[in-house]
Amino acid sequence: MFYGDFCALDGVSLAINVGEFVSIIGPNGAGKSTLINVLTGALRPSAGTVLFKERDISGIGPVRLARLGMARSFQLVQIFPDLTVLETLQAAVVSRLNRGSRLFGSLSRDREVQEGALAIADLFGLAEKAHTPSKHLPQGDKKLLDVASAFALYPEIILLDEPTSGVSTRDKHAIMEILVSASRQLGIKSIIQVEHDMDIVFGYSDRIIALHQGKVLADGTPDEIMADEGVVDTVVGRKALAPGGGA
Amino acid sequence: MRRGPVALGLAAVTILALPLVAPVYHVLLMLPFMAYAVILLGLNLLFGYTGLVSFGHALFMGIGAYTGAVLTTHLGVRSLELILLASAVLGALVAAPVGALCVRYVKIYFGMLTLAFGMLFYTFLLKFYRLTGGDEGIRVLRPSLLGFDLAAVSKTDYLAGAYYYYSVAVLVLAALLMWRIVHSPFGLCLRTVRDNPAKAEALGISIVRSRWYAFVISAVYAAVGGALLGPPIGNVDPTLAYWTHSGNIVFMTLLGGFASFFGPVLGAFVFIFLQDTVMSVVPYWRLIFGAILAFLVIFAPGGLMGLFAGRRPGEVSRA
Repeated sequence: MFYGDFCALDGVSLAINVGEFVSIIGPNGAGKSTLINVLTGALRPSAGTVLFKERDISGIGPVRLARLGMARSFQLVQIFPDLTVLETLQAAVVSRLNRGSRLFGSLSRDREVQEGALAIADLFGLAEKAHTPSKHLPQGDKKLLDVASAFALYPEIILLDEPTSGVSTRDKHAIMEILVSASRQLGIKSIIQVEHDMDIVFGYSDRIIALHQGKVLADGTPDEIMADEGVVDTVVGRKALAPGGGA
Repeated sequence: MRRGPVALGLAAVTILALPLVAPVYHVLLMLPFMAYAVILLGLNLLFGYTGLVSFGHALFMGIGAYTGAVLTTHLGVRSLELILLASAVLGALVAAPVGALCVRYVKIYFGMLTLAFGMLFYTFLLKFYRLTGGDEGIRVLRPSLLGFDLAAVSKTDYLAGAYYYYSVAVLVLAALLMWRIVHSPFGLCLRTVRDNPAKAEALGISIVRSRWYAFVISAVYAAVGGALLGPPIGNVDPTLAYWTHSGNIVFMTLLGGFASFFGPVLGAFVFIFLQDTVMSVVPYWRLIFGAILAFLVIFAPGGLMGLFAGRRPGEVSRA
């Protein structure tokens, strides 16, 4: 994957299996965001393919990808400022049920949409703030809403671009706990996250992929990554693995 | 008690009782108000709910007005129901390809592209003399209402009586239909597209399709409203499709407040009656309206509805 002459990803080949929680780690400029954008069909790779359910999804764009069963959240929190929490989740449910072209149906009388949105709000602990405009939420809740709306699509696989960035350390684990439990309840098969916080990475992942200068430096279980001195020195950092450490 | 329904009820009673109590002059001024109210309900689906500002909607008002003129004068069709239907269909037919091109752009590029199409149509009206009558335009003969000929009634009685209540009925129907649309799943999708297109797409909502639907619906409303404008004037000419006319309806929307469902309707009412009052006092009404527009943008971006509610546009409920 090239930006002009700069090669952002080089010879990256990986397969995500059903049931895996995969974390992608790497220093700034390692190619994590590019990888997420390639995986989510936002960028077309200069060479190679991205297969999802045996279908090439290179550059197919976010709308078709969401319909295929892959959802994402963003590094910089993305919300609908003037929509309430419930309206945001309703929009996701409307999209999942493919009812976005219903011009004359009543949204408030659509029980499936209403109940679907409320269920997600409950699951993410946002029910009490259901009628709060999204722009008035605290930062942690905004992040949660961004992720919750992606979950409301009931995707098979979800890509989370730094799901806890910009959130206080205290809230990070709470968000991750909610996220993992919600994915189990909703039957989301795989999670891929880009994350800098090694506490979160090693605490929740089944598998870790370390990127460095656009290449896969290591790919293994948290124990295998921790045992790889090269990766620890280059990507993880010794301080992060020390007791009580964290990036 | 909630203020909204009370105000709406009072407005409805006033509008229904007006021909019985008010001078004919003011009753006749209500006719363009109701036509513009229909147009603005549609324009605000695009402006307030989808976040796209069109400077070319005079194109669709022109299509509606000229449809009425051509049908009554050249083709002998006098039924207003048929005129409204034909205007809606023609508006949609023209809006479909124009919208397909325009909605791929946003902000100033969208505005300029709509303006360009509006000017193309204006030039067409001006130059294709044999069909459009050029700068003189075409007469609009008195349409029949619900099958009633009404040729024997005097013009004033026709306009301030049957035509007035017919316009009220069209406005009520248009408002009910638009209320359904903005409170539908589609209406919610439009608001997501307005607030954050990238996030909307990530949720699987097609922004181009949503914007295109909104564009076509707003064009149908503009064409129907344009058709209603014709009979009270009695003659349609290219100024109806000139870009300043598009600017006027954007002004009306800002004046009333685009963040509220009825804001633009209030804007149309205040614009029509204020213009009439100011024009009767001073010749340079545009100077005064320019000052009002500057004041609105700087101090009251929520328009009159925003002032009444005491909130800024983003905080005004769109429910």
